[in-house]
Amino acid sequence: MPRILTAIFLAFIASIARAEIDIKEVTSDGGINAWVVEEPSIPFVALEIRFRGGANLDLPGKRGATNLMMGLLEEGSGEMSAQEFQTAREALAASYRFRAFDDTLSISAQFLTENKDDALALLRQALVEPTFAQTALDRVRAQVLSGIASDEKDPDTIARAVFDAAAFGDHPYGTAIDGTVESVNALTREDMIAAHRNALVRERLYVSVVGDVTVDQVGPMLDALLGDLPAEGAPLQPDVGFGLGGGVTVVDYDTPQSVALFGHSGMKRDDEDFFAAFIINHVLGAGGFESRLMMEVRQKRGLTYGIGTALVPKFHAEMMIGQVASSNETIADAIAVTRDEWRRMAEEGMSAEELASAKTYLTGEYPLRFDGNSEIARIMVGMQMIDLPPSYVVDRNDFIDAVTLDDINRVAAELLQPDALHFVVVGKPQGLESTN
Amino acid sequence: MTRLIAALALMLTAIAANAEEVTTYMLDNGMEVVVIEDNRAPVVVHMLWYKVGSADEPEGASGVAHFLEHLMFKGTDILEPGEFSEVVAANGGSDNAFTSYDYTAYFQRVAADRLELMMQMESNRMNNLVIDPAEVEPERQVVIEERNQRTENNPNALAGEQFRAAQFQNHRYGIPIIGWRHEIDDLSIADLQNFYDLYYSPNNTVLVVAGDVDPDEVLELARTYYGVIPAEPQLPERLRPEEPPQRAERRLTYVDPRVSQPYLIRSYLAPERDAGAQEEAAALVYLAELLGGSSFTSDLGQALQFDTQMAVYTNASYGGSSLDDTTFSFVVVPTDGVALSEAEAAMDQVIANFMNAEIDPARMDSLRTQLRASEVYALDDTAGLARRYGAALTQGLTVADVQAWPDILQAVTVDDIKSVAEKVLNREQAVTGWVVANQEEAR
Repeated sequence: MPRILTAIFLAFIASIARAEIDIKEVTSDGGINAWVVEEPSIPFVALEIRFRGGANLDLPGKRGATNLMMGLLEEGSGEMSAQEFQTAREALAASYRFRAFDDTLSISAQFLTENKDDALALLRQALVEPTFAQTALDRVRAQVLSGIASDEKDPDTIARAVFDAAAFGDHPYGTAIDGTVESVNALTREDMIAAHRNALVRERLYVSVVGDVTVDQVGPMLDALLGDLPAEGAPLQPDVGFGLGGGVTVVDYDTPQSVALFGHSGMKRDDEDFFAAFIINHVLGAGGFESRLMMEVRQKRGLTYGIGTALVPKFHAEMMIGQVASSNETIADAIAVTRDEWRRMAEEGMSAEELASAKTYLTGEYPLRFDGNSEIARIMVGMQMIDLPPSYVVDRNDFIDAVTLDDINRVAAELLQPDALHFVVVGKPQGLESTN
Repeated sequence: MTRLIAALALMLTAIAANAEEVTTYMLDNGMEVVVIEDNRAPVVVHMLWYKVGSADEPEGASGVAHFLEHLMFKGTDILEPGEFSEVVAANGGSDNAFTSYDYTAYFQRVAADRLELMMQMESNRMNNLVIDPAEVEPERQVVIEERNQRTENNPNALAGEQFRAAQFQNHRYGIPIIGWRHEIDDLSIADLQNFYDLYYSPNNTVLVVAGDVDPDEVLELARTYYGVIPAEPQLPERLRPEEPPQRAERRLTYVDPRVSQPYLIRSYLAPERDAGAQEEAAALVYLAELLGGSSFTSDLGQALQFDTQMAVYTNASYGGSSLDDTTFSFVVVPTDGVALSEAEAAMDQVIANFMNAEIDPARMDSLRTQLRASEVYALDDTAGLARRYGAALTQGLTVADVQAWPDILQAVTVDDIKSVAEKVLNREQAVTGWVVANQEEAR
């Protein structure tokens, strides 16, 4: 009886929809490239901008500068104070979001068609003419310091900090982009100007525009918005290897549930085996309820509310990581099961049936992602950053389907290294001690 | 400047005519059906909302609504444990569920041509769940780990639990959705089965289908799969214990060494959106925005974060979506070196000043514009629209109320705001909570 539904409904899967979006590539007179999707049915525009480089560009001794600089873009520009800027933005009902990540700076904007010109002019002012007033700097610095204080008592963030420091050492990946109390306290207005000058540059710019706008409008729009930024920025960071060997690091912290962050080296996004690795990761730990780790650690044993893994191909390093939380009494069991599953996949690979259902899910889920202007804009800008062509939207499912069971089993043996896994555990775990 | 914004507001009124396309039906067995069309992508969100949440639980069985939600992914008469989600995934979809005080909802997001399959399975588990002790025990551990993760490991969540318990003196909104730990431990198979048998019935549900669908076809499918399930005649009227008049402010200090910096919360009992009477709630939306919406332009933000720099963070919030009385809250995180008592006094001064001053018409215009625009942006998120209708219809509102809400918001006047502020910001109905790492910080 039980498996009947599955059998019936696997049968009528055959034709999964393809993403039906019409991506147009634009190069402005000023040389800015963008991907555009015209979607006039709702009177607003979603704009996504990325700058490669990100907080990695912090100068020596200035950790936290890029992050603080991004926080200050909405805190006064042109002739406007922070409050005047926000009052103007609110009156336009536009939203701007400025965020720093390790490899990337991200600017997300949404504005009504009616207010397009004013909203873009205001955004331009924030990006090109930030004032970095001392009062704003001090106020936002206090907010960043408050965040750092909070991170120091958060088990997840503690785990992350210890893991990154051990894996990447002196490379910027080894420290949090927020900086330290000491480094943030030392930052000056000049540091903000330098961080802005180094990071918001046209040579590392990626743009997507989706919504109630025509392709012809986009070029002039982007030249006006971004054309006054400098062309070239500070040099990018070198690549760095994953420097953490297998083992366990326990960080003593008085809390009832231990948090474990674990991982080892990973795979580059442009590796020819990336899709095989992607499917392996899905079946092992990224496929929600269906993943092996969720099945073994949560469903069967009740050791956690959630466990997940991820392939993390950064621009200058690659890793495969995972996270699980379990009571101090049971975290050792959760870790043992995780290591066993890692080994089982490495040594035995997966079954043809598992591969087939992973492919069905992954190819079926892909077109469903394109279901809103903001969503499409985010996906498109992400594709550009890793050098994918617009045709990838159509071809991507073929890449998934082309992966064979032999590929999977070969790549699993290479990628997954159960003995190289390092677990950073924050809590009062029973039956676990730091190795080394 | 003001005139320009007024012109803008007029334009936006025209935009709002371009609202979501909604069709509603009622099946003979009492199930409500709401269809929201959005043909931009070949996707559908299928959501089944039960009009039962943690605040409907029997005394002593806190957490049963949420625990049952977990078990709904286990087996039925025709589905193996886990098979529901497996079939959804095999069809390229994703599924999950959530429990709140007033509702429990299950949803799948799939290609539009898989809607029938979703209805077939979702209708099956409405009446045919198998609550197997062998599945219940490991899942109880999962729920406990969920509580560990969300609450026990998080001092802010533990503090919030204490404050809420003090805010509600009689209503079950004072009890955590996930349940008290000792009651989760003791929930029995009978607790789960009885709750399921009584409340999981078509006459206690709202079906929301949103996406690339034809409303008539959705109705036809709903009749086929849900329409055949008999109504539950024993379904009780939804009457919960109400709050008595609250006559004394409650003050609490939560001490936990894991707290990174001291902060304070003040919450007041407040009216919620009621069917046919959403005006007070609409005025409270403005009150929250004016007092603590934006860090840059709200009264608290301007006074505490800019003028005196006594706080690194301030906020006012109002949760109007609720079946019964809800809360209006403030949060202030003082700057390093500012005592909680000073920060609280400064916050109260801002509130007092607000009561005595005129509300700036330019700020009213700006808020009206933002609220209008948020309706345009909301159209980009079909799943969000589905949640909006599902929540409203399980919290005592009607489709007409949901659709009237934007206009009611636009009609709010400064007098409405002042009068609701007078009524709600009453310390006798308030809880003031301090959250600190040690007693020395509680000053």
